[in-house]
Amino acid sequence: MGHPSSSGPGRLVAQMAPPGTWTTLAEHRSRFAPPPRVRRQPNEALIESAERSGLRGRGGASFPTAVKFRAVAGEPGRGRPVVLVNGSEGEPTSQKDALLMASAPHLVIDGALAAAAAVGAEEIVFALKATAPDARRAVARALAEQRNSDPSIPRTRLIEVPDRYVAGEERALVNLVNRGRAIPPSGTTRPFEKGVRGRPTLVQNVETLAHLALVNQGGPEWFRSVGTERSPGTTLVTVGGAVVGEGVYEIDAGTTFEELMRVAGGPTEDIGSVLIGGYAGAWLTAAQAMSARLDHESLVAIGGVFGCGSVVVLPKSSCGLQEMAATMRWMATQSAGQCGPCVFGLDSIAGAAEDLRDGRADRQALTKLARWSDSIEGRGACRLPDGAVRLMRSALDAFAEDALAHSRGRRCPGTGRALVLPLPRSRQAA
Amino acid sequence: MSRRQLSVDPVLCDGHGICAELLPELIQLDDWGFPIVDKAPVSPTLLDDARRAVSACPLLALSLD
Repeated sequence: MGHPSSSGPGRLVAQMAPPGTWTTLAEHRSRFAPPPRVRRQPNEALIESAERSGLRGRGGASFPTAVKFRAVAGEPGRGRPVVLVNGSEGEPTSQKDALLMASAPHLVIDGALAAAAAVGAEEIVFALKATAPDARRAVARALAEQRNSDPSIPRTRLIEVPDRYVAGEERALVNLVNRGRAIPPSGTTRPFEKGVRGRPTLVQNVETLAHLALVNQGGPEWFRSVGTERSPGTTLVTVGGAVVGEGVYEIDAGTTFEELMRVAGGPTEDIGSVLIGGYAGAWLTAAQAMSARLDHESLVAIGGVFGCGSVVVLPKSSCGLQEMAATMRWMATQSAGQCGPCVFGLDSIAGAAEDLRDGRADRQALTKLARWSDSIEGRGACRLPDGAVRLMRSALDAFAEDALAHSRGRRCPGTGRALVLPLPRSRQAA
Repeated sequence: MSRRQLSVDPVLCDGHGICAELLPELIQLDDWGFPIVDKAPVSPTLLDDARRAVSACPLLALSLD
């Protein structure tokens, strides 16, 4: 169950059924009118409404939703579009999508139907994380209720996404639907041009779709009444690490990190640093975090990343270099194995991170690490190497003192503590 | 005059390195033997060498667009 935000019951959280309960379609419909019927033609009114709302994607890239709608709707010669609902949540630090699907599936489905109507889609594919059975069962049950109530809704399918980091990348997801393997292709073709079955494909994160359902119910102006000018609305964040109340929270975009900490019951110990945006995100020092606002623009301005909105608090008593050695090694295992710079580069960088942890890294090693990082950026089929490099660079900044101490043989007392950052053990094939 | 640009498909590429041997002005190898391709338009004097490098790739990973 998502914790309520400081400003009230929250917009999404208010729709989340408490654990062990089920919100029937009838109950949901007492609060939300059915989405507009899906037709062959795109629905210009829906697209304009999304545009006025300023809604941006909640999958990590913050891409303006209406721009995506227009891109997909603007490919009329390529056959009717497909909506691909991204519920893969391969980021280990994030739990918001699984929670949303498990506890508010009708809201997500309404959003998917509205998106289908916006672009004139003939099919909706729900791509859901294989390791979140509650979420899948809830979406399947809710879909059955919706179809029973209105047999004319578009054809729908549920597919399972392996729990691998790159599987949720939109082209990898399309590949999974088309060919059964969730690996990103090379080339520049984007799903909005050619995706599922070669059709223009609208890929949207489940939280984005839930907000779309809210926009259509409350109107764009209401949606914009909270949040910031450029990042309107509320947003789900997953808080983990050294905090009293770990879990998913809904905040107005632009809420301060300090306020989020207050709502989450405060840190359990002195904060050392904070990772925002998960493993393709960036570290902030405690000082930076305490003056940070949680929205896309504000974080970019201080060298941070909002991404999928996960926030992990590392206490001072932990060793950031130990965390990074494990994380970078894990990121290396998440390579799809297709591109040399990624396969070899992430392996080398992980080795350097381990050397840093163990106090074996001298100035020359740090120079190599910098060269490898510069080298692999942009040279893979997907952005896994770019995300990993961003994470590592921000770690070298945030843990600079530790790095220096380790290189002089003075490892922190935190070495040997259990890891704070979550790293999955399972190794499912792509 | 059309501006031609070299690019390597990172999925097809296997780090043979023939391209870098034939066109060192525009292609260097990274620490693991994989090509770093200059993204600037290929100058007319290097076009023939660029075409040779494209033909020489055993995996057809290099292209001149």
